[in-house]
Amino acid sequence: MVEMFAAENGLKGDPRLQAISNAIRVVPHFPKQGIMFQDITTLLLDHKAFKHTVDIFVDRYKDMDISVVAGVEARGFMFGPSIALAIGAKFVPLRKPKKLPGEVIAEAYELEYGRDCLEMHVGAVEAGERAIVIDDLVATGGTLSAAIRLLERVGAQVVECGCVIGLREVKGQLRLNGKPLYILVEPREIDGC
Amino acid sequence: MATQDEQDPRISKISSAIRVIPNFPKPGIMFQDITTLLLDTKAFRDTIDLFVERYRGKDISVVAGIEARGFIFGPPIALAIGAKFVPMRKPNKLPGEVISEEYSLEYGTDKMEMHVGAVQAGERALIIDDLIATGGTLCAAIRLLERVGVHVVECACVIELPELKGRERLGDKPLFVLVSST
Repeated sequence: MVEMFAAENGLKGDPRLQAISNAIRVVPHFPKQGIMFQDITTLLLDHKAFKHTVDIFVDRYKDMDISVVAGVEARGFMFGPSIALAIGAKFVPLRKPKKLPGEVIAEAYELEYGRDCLEMHVGAVEAGERAIVIDDLVATGGTLSAAIRLLERVGAQVVECGCVIGLREVKGQLRLNGKPLYILVEPREIDGC
Repeated sequence: MATQDEQDPRISKISSAIRVIPNFPKPGIMFQDITTLLLDTKAFRDTIDLFVERYRGKDISVVAGIEARGFIFGPPIALAIGAKFVPMRKPNKLPGEVISEEYSLEYGTDKMEMHVGAVQAGERALIIDDLIATGGTLCAAIRLLERVGVHVVECACVIELPELKGRERLGDKPLFVLVSST
């Protein structure tokens, strides 16, 4: 098992985790029937909870000698840069195809139906750099594993992936090539209201 | 003043950290690439600090950032000044109820969306993007916020392309930029 939930890894009972979880909104049947979408935009509206989110990641990574924070487009952009700034690391955006100008490397990954592609700038990251990958949520891990592959292809060492929300792994489903995954909270269920 | 009066000493490092890519996304366009700025930890820090110094203590409760590069600069500013961050997104990305505003592109139109309930009437807001060109996207963002009764205090960008006259297109809305690129 590669996942580490914050509440079970040093932050047991930390009230910030409850505040973060409470600030996330569940939108049923988005983008399609059956999906309970975990909407972090309400977390971004709650300044204290948003700050807690960033602070927890910063506290975790600031002494790990991390020089690269890679963020997955687009919601990874909302969390990654603040973490990068606080720990003194570069921020490297990992983007959908054709968004990054100049020379890129690309990595394809599987979707439920079909494939997609993630790109990173050539030269953004050097061999030997220690990197983390940040996104709002991890589901199957397809996007994160493409991100890991991109960074490893240029010789970076991916130390960990950090996500605000993640499911407890259904055995064998999570594909992170053995990389550790640190998750703040589990998905919210829709309550009666 | 719309830009820095006497140039703050941090500006020249910020300017030189920005990479220009010719002929992207199409021939004739000199693309201002801020990703190299994000790789320069001091220059990126200085960029955020310059905005935070300007807006801290001005009773701004909303920082709206335009997808996607506005998402890189907006949240650190929002966190530092104690404001909410509100993403202004392309169509069908935001779940739940949204309001949308159409705007013109060189060829055709596009749409920008904001969540219903993200902001309240009377709130004071900034709009952040990496760059202002024609001002079309910023104007759409201004309209979205004003439609729900928000007061847009200023638009703030890292880079301005003055030849494209975006500043005029914003009309009476002030624009603050760090770097003007001719």
